[in-house]
Amino acid sequence: MSVTVYIPREATSLSLGAHAVARALAEEAARRGESVRIVRTGSRGLFWLEPLVEVQTSAGRIAYGPVQAGDLPGLFAADFLNGGRHRLNLGPVESIPYLQSQQRLTCGRLGVIDPVNLDDYRAHGGYEGLSNALPMLPAAIVKEVTESGLRGRGGAAFPTGIKWKTVHDAPGPQKYIVCNADEGDSGTFSDRLLMEGDPFCLIEGMTIAALAVGATRGYIYLRCEYPHAHDTMTEAIASAYAAGCLGADVLGSGRAFDLQLRLGAGAYICGEETSLLESLEGRRGQIRFKPPLPALKGLFDCPTVVNNVITFASVPIILQRGAQFYKDYGMGRSRGSLPIQLAGNVARGGLVERAFGASLRELLYDYGGGTRSGRPIRAVQVGGPLGAYWPESKFDTPLDYEAFAAGGGMLGHGGIVVFDDSVDMAAQARYAMEFCAIESCGKCTPCRIGSTRGVEVIDRLVAGDRAAMQQTLLRDLCDTMLNGSLCALGGLTPYPVLSALDYFAEDFSKPAVLQAAKR
Amino acid sequence: MSERKRVPIPIRVEPGADLPAAERTAVLEAVNRHRALEGALLPILHAIQDRLGWIPPRALPLIAYELNLSRAEVHGVVTFYHYFRQHKPGEHVIFLCRAEACQAVGAVSLAAHAKRALGTDFHGTSGDGRYTLEPVYCLGNCASGPSLMIDRELHGRVTPERFDQLIGAGAAGAGAA
Repeated sequence: MSVTVYIPREATSLSLGAHAVARALAEEAARRGESVRIVRTGSRGLFWLEPLVEVQTSAGRIAYGPVQAGDLPGLFAADFLNGGRHRLNLGPVESIPYLQSQQRLTCGRLGVIDPVNLDDYRAHGGYEGLSNALPMLPAAIVKEVTESGLRGRGGAAFPTGIKWKTVHDAPGPQKYIVCNADEGDSGTFSDRLLMEGDPFCLIEGMTIAALAVGATRGYIYLRCEYPHAHDTMTEAIASAYAAGCLGADVLGSGRAFDLQLRLGAGAYICGEETSLLESLEGRRGQIRFKPPLPALKGLFDCPTVVNNVITFASVPIILQRGAQFYKDYGMGRSRGSLPIQLAGNVARGGLVERAFGASLRELLYDYGGGTRSGRPIRAVQVGGPLGAYWPESKFDTPLDYEAFAAGGGMLGHGGIVVFDDSVDMAAQARYAMEFCAIESCGKCTPCRIGSTRGVEVIDRLVAGDRAAMQQTLLRDLCDTMLNGSLCALGGLTPYPVLSALDYFAEDFSKPAVLQAAKR
Repeated sequence: MSERKRVPIPIRVEPGADLPAAERTAVLEAVNRHRALEGALLPILHAIQDRLGWIPPRALPLIAYELNLSRAEVHGVVTFYHYFRQHKPGEHVIFLCRAEACQAVGAVSLAAHAKRALGTDFHGTSGDGRYTLEPVYCLGNCASGPSLMIDRELHGRVTPERFDQLIGAGAAGAGAA
């Protein structure tokens, strides 16, 4: 009898050698005359254990990791195909505490199913949400999503149901569904994991959105830095068309939904929704003035729903299990769960999907296990390159949109980047300004010019050139950017800069930044 | 009848007439394949760069002519996006992550090492023409940095020593995949 072995095909696992492991496993099995069926999956997001190999046994899926190609002869000798003992044996994968304690509402199928096998998706609850939605009136779907309390997971946390209602109520012969898969924030990878591990879930969520607002066309705007996600999504969309889940007659309902995948081209600003729309239309990704809202005049001036990958992917379970089920998770106005990403200098980095409300400290130490370098954590940046740098004193903040905002930060897309005590916070502040200068779309002056002036002021500050004056100047500049920029790039770049200055002032009085700049 | 010699005046220069045949074919194929799409310009530019490795500046008038856009519009789009390049790259392109999560685990010194090893700054190509070095702002491999991608092959936890192995072995047979 053939034994089923699961090995990820997801990008991080590949970057750590998953293809070589799969190859070695097939070769070693052939050499020993063992019959093995290898299924390539997404990743569960336990990255310090990747490549994680799971073996289907009578006692469930037994995990081994991190496995390198050279470990295979030893694993076969230890009879790992029957869950045999080995130093890499982690036991039943579902009982790994890191995974067991999570609440995987949106990411439950990651690493479990073959991402491009529609039957596998259906066997794990896939398309049940859409089946429930098909007989419903569009307004009832919108109401369900509104009542679930789902808010945009891309960072802005705008209530999804209200956005959908605006598009639903907007008149127009053509409406669009656009998925923002331009996951440019450093420290975030949940969109990528979902697209590589459960692409049909995104397709299903977008299809439900289309039914809800009366849209017939959709686009996924994917960043070109994600070639593996591009491959998986391309395959999944083709399968969905072939199976009648997309196209002129979605699941025999008579309703049409066409979905196309489009590639970005390395511009961070295209993660801003209006820039994204400009880019989709074939232009420079310069942001648009708002109003009009994209919900009313979006893609090609038509009413458009623009949501993040995780937002759409959270919709199927809401339609499958009901708004109340989803709403019962979370705290305050942050309902449901958030796929949190632990990144940077962290011992156990990866994906942690939990209901809102867990504390930053719990994430950093209980899940993350401190730094990878073994040194103390000095700072964390939550919410991407535009998020504030926080010191230890803020680690008890619960993961909740309002709590983070009250503390002067933002939860954003849920990415947490960890730095140990070797970090130079003045260099990080300088980088924030430099990044803004590189990625500014150029439309508004505070962002376009302010970011370059910001780099210069920080350089002079660190060099000790009339330091007190430079500080005043820098704060004044940040104030201008914060209040005068058109979008979040210029408007939020002051957050990492000012937080570094406020909490790590000592780093601004040594000449490290200039040296870093010369390197 | 005038005795003046009649000189033909070129009233329309064929756009892209000075493009080498292979490039011209690549451009026209990309245009014809994608022109019916809504917002076709980016898919067309991607198709050209996938095929040629770059977007030759001399191709812009042809693209503009075919899409009924101005050359300025096409130039504006090509130059706006970091990924599109108007210089011929080396045999392989190394996309080295400069973003925060990779900085936290040594990306700054890896970048310095890469520049030394290849003898070029970002956006440049090594002397032997094998590698072009490009900065990238996040590859989504943020828990396993420092990260880099050689062409389409992603590598995690890259130390300077590992970097040397990767470029020594050449991209094709190298590394993790």
